[in-house]
Amino acid sequence: MTSTLTISRLTKTFGGLNALTEVSLTVAPGERVALLGHNGAGKSTLMKIILGLITPDGGDISVCGAAPGSARARAQVAYLPENAAFHPALSGLEQITQYMRLRNLDPSGAMELLERVGLAHAAKRRIGTYSKGMRQRVGLAQALIGQPRLLVLDEPTSGLDPVSRRDFYELLDGLAADGAAILLSSHALTEVEARTDRLLILSGGRMVAEGTLPDLRREAALPVAMHLSALNGYESDVVAALPGAIRANGFVHLTCAQDEKLAMLSRISAMSEKISDLDVIPPSLEDIYSHFSRRDGQ
Amino acid sequence: MIARILATAATEIHIARRNRWVLIAVLLMVVFSLVLSAAGSAPTGALGADRLSVVVASLTSLSVYLVPLVALLMSFDAVAGEVERGTLPLLLTYPVARWEILAGKLVAHTAILVVAIAAGYGAAAAVAIITDPAALAGLAALWRLTWTSVLLGMAFLGIGYALSSLARRVSGAAGLAIGLWLGLVVLYDLGLLAAVVADDGGFFTTQVFPAALLANPADAFRLFNLTAAQATSAASGIGGAANAIPQWQSLVSIALWPLVSLALAALAFRKVEP
Ligand SMILES: Nc1ncnc2c1ncn2[C@@H]1O[C@H](COP(=O)(O)OP(=O)(O)OP(=O)(O)O)[C@@H](O)[C@H]1O
Ligand SMILES: [Mg+2]
Repeated sequence: MTSTLTISRLTKTFGGLNALTEVSLTVAPGERVALLGHNGAGKSTLMKIILGLITPDGGDISVCGAAPGSARARAQVAYLPENAAFHPALSGLEQITQYMRLRNLDPSGAMELLERVGLAHAAKRRIGTYSKGMRQRVGLAQALIGQPRLLVLDEPTSGLDPVSRRDFYELLDGLAADGAAILLSSHALTEVEARTDRLLILSGGRMVAEGTLPDLRREAALPVAMHLSALNGYESDVVAALPGAIRANGFVHLTCAQDEKLAMLSRISAMSEKISDLDVIPPSLEDIYSHFSRRDGQ
Repeated sequence: MIARILATAATEIHIARRNRWVLIAVLLMVVFSLVLSAAGSAPTGALGADRLSVVVASLTSLSVYLVPLVALLMSFDAVAGEVERGTLPLLLTYPVARWEILAGKLVAHTAILVVAIAAGYGAAAAVAIITDPAALAGLAALWRLTWTSVLLGMAFLGIGYALSSLARRVSGAAGLAIGLWLGLVVLYDLGLLAAVVADDGGFFTTQVFPAALLANPADAFRLFNLTAAQATSAASGIGGAANAIPQWQSLVSIALWPLVSLALAALAFRKVEP
């Protein structure tokens, strides 16, 4: 299957500042890819280049087989900007109607689109009177217009309440099932981890990691933490028997590398008569993210 | 293409209605037209002209100031406003060409201008015809004034879009628009008159002055309407100079200006980075 979006060795500088350095990535049809990275990592810049709003300094990009920003690419790509803004004097319905007509679609479907993002009740009110989350939903509604083959969504869930976020990811699942490729940026690690197929981490304009969460977990090789409760009086024995173990708050803590995990567990189970409980704590999402994000850049 | 232009135009009309721009433009034109036609109603018959032709002469002097002003006020926000509100990047990711966006705005703003001009001139003409049925003879002059006013308005809409694209900030665009209005509509004529007086019938008066009049859309508009209505040319100070310039030349200037200014606007808009 050919990919909907292909970027190779993309570079962009803003007057000496390297916003993006040799970034390569692909997004296949039906794939949901999350773009992560610290503030100023270059996520929005990358997205604007994909849309043809900014011209890159170097590298190749193919969007649905066309050049970014070309009429053919624009007809198949939907965008949700970082801070979606609309004219405050227009109603949500008027705004969506205009966007549908710009895509040569019958605007009679505008109301249904607003219903899908839960804005039907406010469709005829001015956008100037909307809350931030409601404006964000107008942005989402316009990104759903037509059948875009690629959706580029810059922090789509910012400003949405928890229920709306869940609804939003359900919308995305439907779009991906229909074959749309989705690239979204986010700072909300947990939701992104659960609802996307692949993660990309940008740091200081470089692509520092790429893959599914298990891939990244393996690659980061962060230590696993273990948490033991020794039976009364055996604490010193347990600490002495396990290398690197320390005592804190009446528990025994230790960490070990991923590949030593099983060996460590068997040593622990060998003295099971001295231990009442055991928790194995894998590295958290934040730990993995910080590991890659800090490796270079910052 | 047409559908996309009309979609943008419909949006702009919604915005202009909500922002009371339609109302303001119509009120401005109606109030000033009525005031002028009332003030200019005394010397009717003295020039051998019907009452409506006299009103048209006054409306010409009024429109030279008012139509460019209304056009600039409607257009200065067109691009700078989108940049400042942050609505431009999203719009440009739609399959719509930049010139189509401008064309949509032009259609909407021209429609509003037409409504305002028709309402203003219509009100003044109605008053003239009711009080003097012979005034019907001036309808041709009124029609000529109407379509040239629309062309004049379009020229200044284009100028406004170009300034809006160059300034990229709403406040800057507003300043440029007011400055340009003062320059082209007020100071330009004063400067020319001063130069003509100082020159005293020399090279400037015979060669440069006619070209300078034709180069300014507002002056070309005034020239065209005054030469077309010889009967009332005495009503204006530049009537004498107007007689020296053939009417087709001012017509060409009026017709070309909207094209030139809109082409400039499209060029300037192309350079705007979202
Ligand atoms: N138009 C511009 N001119 C100069 N520098 C810019 C411009 N746009 C972005 N930058 C710089 O490029 C870098 C990347 O910015 P970008 O907006 O892509 O970050 P981001 O990853 O989207 O951050 P955030 O998470 O805060 O949205 C930043 O250092 C920013 O200052
Ligand atoms: Mg960003």
